[in-house]
Amino acid sequence: MVERTPVFNILCYLILTLGLAVALLPFAIVLIAATHDLKAVNTVPLPLVPGTHFWENMSAAWTRAHLGSKLLHSLIFATSVAAGKVALSSMAAYSIVYFRFPGRILIFWLIFVTLMLPLEVRIVPTYSIAANALQPFQTLLDVSGLTWLADTVFGLRIRLEWGLLNSYTGLILPLVATATGTFLYRQFYLTVPDELAEAAKVDGAGSFRFFLDMLLPLSRANMIALFTIMFVWSWNQYLWPLLITTDPEFGIAVTELKTLIPSEFGLPDWNVAMAGTLAIMSPPLLLVILMQRWFVRGLISTEK
Amino acid sequence: MASISLRNVKKTYGKNAVVHGLDLDIESGEFIVILGPSGCGKSTLLRMIVGLEEISEGEILIDGTVVNRLEPRQRACAMVFQNYALYPHMTVAENIGYALKVAGVSRSERDRRVREVARALAIEAFLDRKPSALSGGQRQRVAMGRAMIREPRVFLFDEPLSNLDAKLRIAMRAEIRRLHRKLGTTSVFVTHDQNEAMTLADRIVVMNGGKVEQVGTPAEIYHRPATRFVAGFLGSPAMNLMEGEIEPDGTFVQDATRRLRLSQQAGHAFPGGRAVLGVRAEAARLVAPGRPDALPAIVDFIEELGASRIVHVDFDGLSFAVATSDNPALIPGDRVGIEIDPRDIHLYDSATGERLEPVTARQTVHP
Ligand SMILES: Nc1ncnc2c1ncn2[C@@H]1O[C@H](COP(=O)(O)OP(=O)(O)OP(=O)(O)O)[C@@H](O)[C@H]1O
Ligand SMILES: [Mg+2]
Repeated sequence: MVERTPVFNILCYLILTLGLAVALLPFAIVLIAATHDLKAVNTVPLPLVPGTHFWENMSAAWTRAHLGSKLLHSLIFATSVAAGKVALSSMAAYSIVYFRFPGRILIFWLIFVTLMLPLEVRIVPTYSIAANALQPFQTLLDVSGLTWLADTVFGLRIRLEWGLLNSYTGLILPLVATATGTFLYRQFYLTVPDELAEAAKVDGAGSFRFFLDMLLPLSRANMIALFTIMFVWSWNQYLWPLLITTDPEFGIAVTELKTLIPSEFGLPDWNVAMAGTLAIMSPPLLLVILMQRWFVRGLISTEK
Repeated sequence: MASISLRNVKKTYGKNAVVHGLDLDIESGEFIVILGPSGCGKSTLLRMIVGLEEISEGEILIDGTVVNRLEPRQRACAMVFQNYALYPHMTVAENIGYALKVAGVSRSERDRRVREVARALAIEAFLDRKPSALSGGQRQRVAMGRAMIREPRVFLFDEPLSNLDAKLRIAMRAEIRRLHRKLGTTSVFVTHDQNEAMTLADRIVVMNGGKVEQVGTPAEIYHRPATRFVAGFLGSPAMNLMEGEIEPDGTFVQDATRRLRLSQQAGHAFPGGRAVLGVRAEAARLVAPGRPDALPAIVDFIEELGASRIVHVDFDGLSFAVATSDNPALIPGDRVGIEIDPRDIHLYDSATGERLEPVTARQTVHP
C-alpha cells in the first residue's frame, strides 16, 4: 500500500477531478446544446446553462431520424448480440474447461487468436458470406466439379443461396462469437472448485444439469458484467450495420444519427442533432448505471 | 447396504503408479476406516469406488456386480467431501434435496424427506440459510444430510472431520458412529488421524505407498501390527523401534550394552538375523538402574500429559519413550533402567518389514 498523506490525497483528488471533467465535458455539451434553440446553439461561446427548448428539439430529432423504429431495431440488435455472446461464450468455455477431448488446447488457442482479428479486418469475407450464407458450400461444389457434373449429367443447376442482408440474422450472427467473453468465462470456471462438480456428479447430475443448476447461477455476476459490456459494444457498432442494412427502413439508431448532422450548406441545427445524440446514447448509459454494482463485482471478484 | 470387493485394483497416472494391486473385501454393513499417511492413495481409492476416478486395472464389485464402467449415479454411493463441497448458491434445504430433484422426486416428497434428514441431524433451524451463513460443524452436517437423503448403498467419507476443531471433531465422530448404528449402511471412511480410525472402525485398513499394510480390527492392529510400518504408524507416542541382530540363543543384540532376552518361555526361538525390535511406550517400565535384564539409560526429558506422563530416555544417542502413570521423581540426567516384558516385544524382519513370530516347538513352519 502507498502511504496516505494529506498532500498526496489532495493531489489524487485533483487528478481525479480533472479526469472526471475531461470525461464529462462532452456529455455536458450534448445536454446543454440539446436544450437551446437554433440561434442560441450557434452563438460562440455556447451558453453554460441549459435552455428551455429540449422537448421541441427532441421531437424534431425523433421524427426526422425515425428514432421510434430505429431505437427499437437497435434494442433488438444489441440485446440479441449481447445475449448471444453470453450464451455462446458460457458454453464454449464450459466445453474447454470441463471436458477432455482431443484438440481442446488447439481450439482454445484458436478462439484466443481471434482476439487479434477484429471485425474490421475480416469484414469483406464476412460480408460476402452474409450476402449468401451458403456461398462456401457452393464454392466447394464448384471447385470439386460436382456442379458441372450435375449440370451435364442430370441437367440440374445447383445454386445454393441464403441471403442474410437486411435481416436480424445477418445483423446479429456474425457478431455473436466472442473471444473476450469466452476467456472471461474460462477464468471464472477455473475458480469453481472441482469438488463442486464432483459432488454434483455423485448426486446424479449430468453435464447439462450441472451447467444449468450450478455454473449458470454461480456465474450471475460474471454474466451481467459480460452482458453490459457487450450490450454497449453492440449498441455502438457502426460499420457492420451500415454495410448489412442496405434497406433504409431497416437501419439501427447509431447509423441513422448521420441523417441528423447538418450538411455544409443546410441549416446548422446542432440543437436537434444533439437531442438525437442524447436519445441514442441514453439506453446504454442507463444500463451501465443500473448494472454498475453487479458489473464491478463480476469483473474484480469471484463470488463464492 | 452392500458389500464391496476390490480385486487387484490399480491406479496409474501416466507412468506414475499410485495404487498397486489392491485386494479388499468389505462386508455389508461394515464400517471400514482407511488409514495412512498423506499421499498414500487413500482418496484415490475412495474416488475409484465412488466412480470419480477411472480404475486403471482390476475390478471393483458392489454387491457382486462389477461397477468399473458405471457412472457415479448408477453406483448408488454417496460421498462426503473434505471441504464439504456444498452448493454455495443453494439453501441448506436445496443442497440436501438436490439429488432427489435430479432424480425427479416430487416437491412434496422431497420436502418431507429433507425435513426428516434435517431432524436426524439437528439442522432443521438452518434449512433456509445459505452454506456461507453456517459454521464448520453445521456445514459438515449438511454435507452428511446430502449423502443420507439418497439412502445410498454405501457411504464414502474423505477426511470429513479434518477441518473441524478438536472438540467438534470428537462430537461429530460420535455422531457418525451413532448414525451408522442406526442406518447400518456400509461405510468407508478415509482419515490420517489414528484416533478417528481407532474409535470409528469395525476394521481398519492401513495403507502405505499405495499398498495395504494390514487389515484388522482396531485391537488387532494395535496389539499385533503386521508390519514395521504399521507398528511405527499407530500409537501415540510412536512405538519405540530399534534395529539389531537376533542371536541363535534368543537374545536381541543392538550393541555391547544393549541386549534383550526375547522370550522367557522355553522352546521359543526366533529365526536369527537382522531385525527391528519394537516396544510400545506403554509396555516398558522404568526401574532402578543396575537391575539385571534392565537396559541402562539416562532421562532426557519428560512430557506431562496429566493422567500419565511420557519419559523420554536416551541410551547412547538412541531415544526411547516410556509411558508411566505413577509419578517418578525424575529430572533430566537421572540414571534409570528400562524393563521390558518379552511378551510385549514385536519383531520385524529388517529387510522386508514383515512381522517375525516366535517359532515354538510345535510349529515347524514360519507363519
Ligand atoms: N490427477 C493426478 N495426477 C497425478 N498424480 C496424482 C493425481 N491425483 C493424485 N495423484 C498422486 O497420487 C498420490 C495419492 O494421492 P491421494 O490424493 O490419493 O492421497 P491421499 O492418501 O488421499 O493423501 P491425503 O491424506 O493428503 O489426502 C499422491 O502422490 C498424488 O500426488
Ligand atoms: Mg486425500
